[in-house]
Amino acid sequence: MKMALPTTEVGIISCSGEEIPEGTVALVATRLVLEKLRPDKTVTICLPLFLAGDRNERDFAKVFPTITVDGCDKRCAQVATSNLSGRPAYSIVVSDIVKKYPAIKLKSLERLSEDEMKIARAVAEEIAAKVDAILKGRSAKTG
Amino acid sequence: MNEDAKVVVIPCSGIGKALGKVSRTAAYKVIEEKPKTARTLCLALLTVGDEEAGKLISSTPCIAIDGCPNQCSAKNVLMSGGKLLAEVMVTDVLRNNRGLKPQGVIELNEDGLRLADLVAREVVERINGMVK
Repeated sequence: MKMALPTTEVGIISCSGEEIPEGTVALVATRLVLEKLRPDKTVTICLPLFLAGDRNERDFAKVFPTITVDGCDKRCAQVATSNLSGRPAYSIVVSDIVKKYPAIKLKSLERLSEDEMKIARAVAEEIAAKVDAILKGRSAKTG
Repeated sequence: MNEDAKVVVIPCSGIGKALGKVSRTAAYKVIEEKPKTARTLCLALLTVGDEEAGKLISSTPCIAIDGCPNQCSAKNVLMSGGKLLAEVMVTDVLRNNRGLKPQGVIELNEDGLRLADLVAREVVERINGMVK
């Protein structure tokens, strides 16, 4: 069955990253994009649903062009999305972005400090830029 | 993270719902209360078949905390060969506390934090029962 690809929404899949602060930053950054930066242009799915869910959930990255957001270089979101759903259009790793902010040390697992929120916002801006790039590319193709 | 923990508390990732955030917050509360007994694990590691994570959950009892009926945490533990000691459903705890209206994923509201406390208490009771 050939699926029609929506051109107006981009899927964002974050690792859960419960063990490391970078995972919490990945989750918060993803929610910032979904709720504040690109609320009408983005959707998400819980990553573990790729294993626990059914065919509909596993088709997520086939239906939506997708950006994965990982906390660390194990890249669980990118690998799981590629293996179980479809190849992501872009992959972002929080620990790479953290290197641009040597003065900020990530420590919080639950509630991010104001400094840690700066990094979450920077990650969110990078995700939003990729969302725009995907949608621009798709409207150029269909326009 | 405590490498000698006797139980692994694994919340669902819960990025899509406030009840998922409740499960995550509850897991952190349990670990704060039981730092020598409990630890957590990135659930995403199970979705990629991480070897080290697989060894941990097959050798240490796990308690899954799930935010919705999809039961991502419990199912991922079982599908990865883990020892599931118990599953605590946030929705069950909410059903018994109908006045609470949890909201927020980036940050929980007061009711969400209260619900997380109640879920954490239930997990701690299971742990206490296990290590008696």
